[in-house]
Amino acid sequence: MSSILSKVKLPYLLLLPGFLFLFTFFILPIVNLAQTSTQTPIANGDTGQYEQTFRFANYIDAFIENREQFARSFIFAICATLLALAIAYPLAYAIAFKSGRFKNILLVLIIAPFFTSFLLRTVAWKQILGEEGFVVPPLRTLGIISESTTLTSTSFAVVIGMTYNFLPFMTLPLYASLERIDPRTMEASGDLYANGLTTFRRVTLPLSMPGVVAGTLLTFIPAAGDYVNAAILGNPNSKMLGNVIESRYFRIVDYPTAAALSFTLMAAILILVTLYIRKAGTEELV
Amino acid sequence: MVDVSSATRGDLRLTRITKTYGDFTAVDDLSLTIPEGSFFALLGPSGCGKTTTLRMIAGLEEPTVGSIHLGTTDITTKRPYQRPINTVFQNYALFPHLTIFENIAFGLRRRGIKDVDADVNKVLDLVELPHLAQRKPTQLSGGQQQRIALARAIVNRPALLLLDEPLGALDLKLRRQMQIELKWIQREVGLTFVHVTHDQEEAMTMADTIAVMNEGGIEQMGSPADLYDNPKTAFVANFLGQSNLIKGRIEGTDGDNLVVDLFGQKISMPKSRSHAVDSSIYAGIRPEKFRISLVGTPTRGNVLTGGHIEEVSYIGVSTQYQVAMPWGQELMVFEQNDDGVPPFDKGDQVVISWEPNFTFALRGDEDVEAGTEVAPDDLDEDE
Repeated sequence: MSSILSKVKLPYLLLLPGFLFLFTFFILPIVNLAQTSTQTPIANGDTGQYEQTFRFANYIDAFIENREQFARSFIFAICATLLALAIAYPLAYAIAFKSGRFKNILLVLIIAPFFTSFLLRTVAWKQILGEEGFVVPPLRTLGIISESTTLTSTSFAVVIGMTYNFLPFMTLPLYASLERIDPRTMEASGDLYANGLTTFRRVTLPLSMPGVVAGTLLTFIPAAGDYVNAAILGNPNSKMLGNVIESRYFRIVDYPTAAALSFTLMAAILILVTLYIRKAGTEELV
Repeated sequence: MVDVSSATRGDLRLTRITKTYGDFTAVDDLSLTIPEGSFFALLGPSGCGKTTTLRMIAGLEEPTVGSIHLGTTDITTKRPYQRPINTVFQNYALFPHLTIFENIAFGLRRRGIKDVDADVNKVLDLVELPHLAQRKPTQLSGGQQQRIALARAIVNRPALLLLDEPLGALDLKLRRQMQIELKWIQREVGLTFVHVTHDQEEAMTMADTIAVMNEGGIEQMGSPADLYDNPKTAFVANFLGQSNLIKGRIEGTDGDNLVVDLFGQKISMPKSRSHAVDSSIYAGIRPEKFRISLVGTPTRGNVLTGGHIEEVSYIGVSTQYQVAMPWGQELMVFEQNDDGVPPFDKGDQVVISWEPNFTFALRGDEDVEAGTEVAPDDLDEDE
């Protein structure tokens, strides 16, 4: 009797800590944020005093005012995602199929950056791309960039920084996906008159699509909402939406606009991701 | 791109092939001709080099030394996709992201053939699975996947079809059924099949010609009957079925026959069935060729006396006896149960006899245990 009861209750008991945690620290703040997004300033009130007036036009105002940063957020995130994919795919392929006994060492190296704080590593890129770094002087000597061109405080630095920071999130799912491919299917493709390039296009790449989808999502979603890279490596003209939200909250104390922008960003990411997964058709894959 | 239809046809010739991996020699100075249109089996235990040989024919490995010709064309260094050769892989290696139809059409499409429907449907009919065309490989049973792997290869009508332990993953009953079907399909399509297996029964059921491989080389090549009835080495005698090998000495000749002394008892055997190099030999007789009779009853042919029944195992179609001989050896005898209950009991004093023509002779310096320690039923991953 008691054992039957506990069998019924057990799953709920196991769910309870997670539910309480998420309710307190995720659901309540989200509801609070939603309420804030439609508030307006109290007439004759102090800075930061708002009342609920259900003004949904807040969303439209916030979007129109910041559409440039909106666009930049997505363009930068897409650039960083594509760059990371271009770097991570060959890397993951080599680790999965060509690394032999070095496989485990290479995998540890992929996650090694996590041993140091994300912020510190991003600040380090200021040094790397600085006037005295390893990058700028050789490029100037070779004439690839002019004497007056700098790399710090540029959109380029922001994209490079994001690419670097999210590279492990791209590499690991790609590796996991490639590693699962039976190398005999690639041999079979060669046996069936496909050369190396065709085998990659027709067999290896389609079979690694779950990894491509997972990796690009794990890179694109945080990159679109990122503000650290733009804040540290960018300039006033390379601000992303994350920077706007941050400054609205903490500097201008314009809570409704910040909240409305947050929701708009979430919705935009959700829509894009849904369309992307539909198009990639990952449910078709094993 | 390979135009298979007009590509080279003809016999496959391996000439003095050696393949080494560091210090390890997988294939050692192997020469072999596989006639066009035959069903050829490479038979041997794990690590004998048969899979390496197959992979070199497919182009998945390159020989360290030696050359491979198909007809008059040297294909030694050609890439796999440049050879008119297709493989049925061990564990099938079907493309999991493609339908069965697209799996089979893969080779045709790579060769630039636009209209693949007729060809694909024809082979789907041949392997009797036309209703599965739109399924994915993971939705199929092992036996069905095996047939699709075969269909995917033969749809290209290659000059040579390689089968790498194709039935290894199937259960015994299905394996027997597929053996017969494969043989039938080979006759139907008229392609050259090269089949790698460690299962002697499978090789004997299907192949016209078997090459028995051991330690990177060919021990003996011939028809299943040749290999079984007249093995040249102890390895072949033991790997294909079971053999009684009795130490002996050639005493002289009598017409076309040799007179052989086996521990003081004289027997005779045809000269042509001796592979000995001097007078020291092992006389070989297959267990089912022996007859047992009680002491005092009439016998014919070669006779060995002084034995007694040590062990009796009744196994349905036959009864297996272990007969202890005066010189300490136990001989194995299989008697068909076509005349009622087993007539002999443990301890019976018996005489063993057989037809002289069933005797074969091996060199006296052979290792009589060769080919017995390997378990032929092990599913091997080879090399």
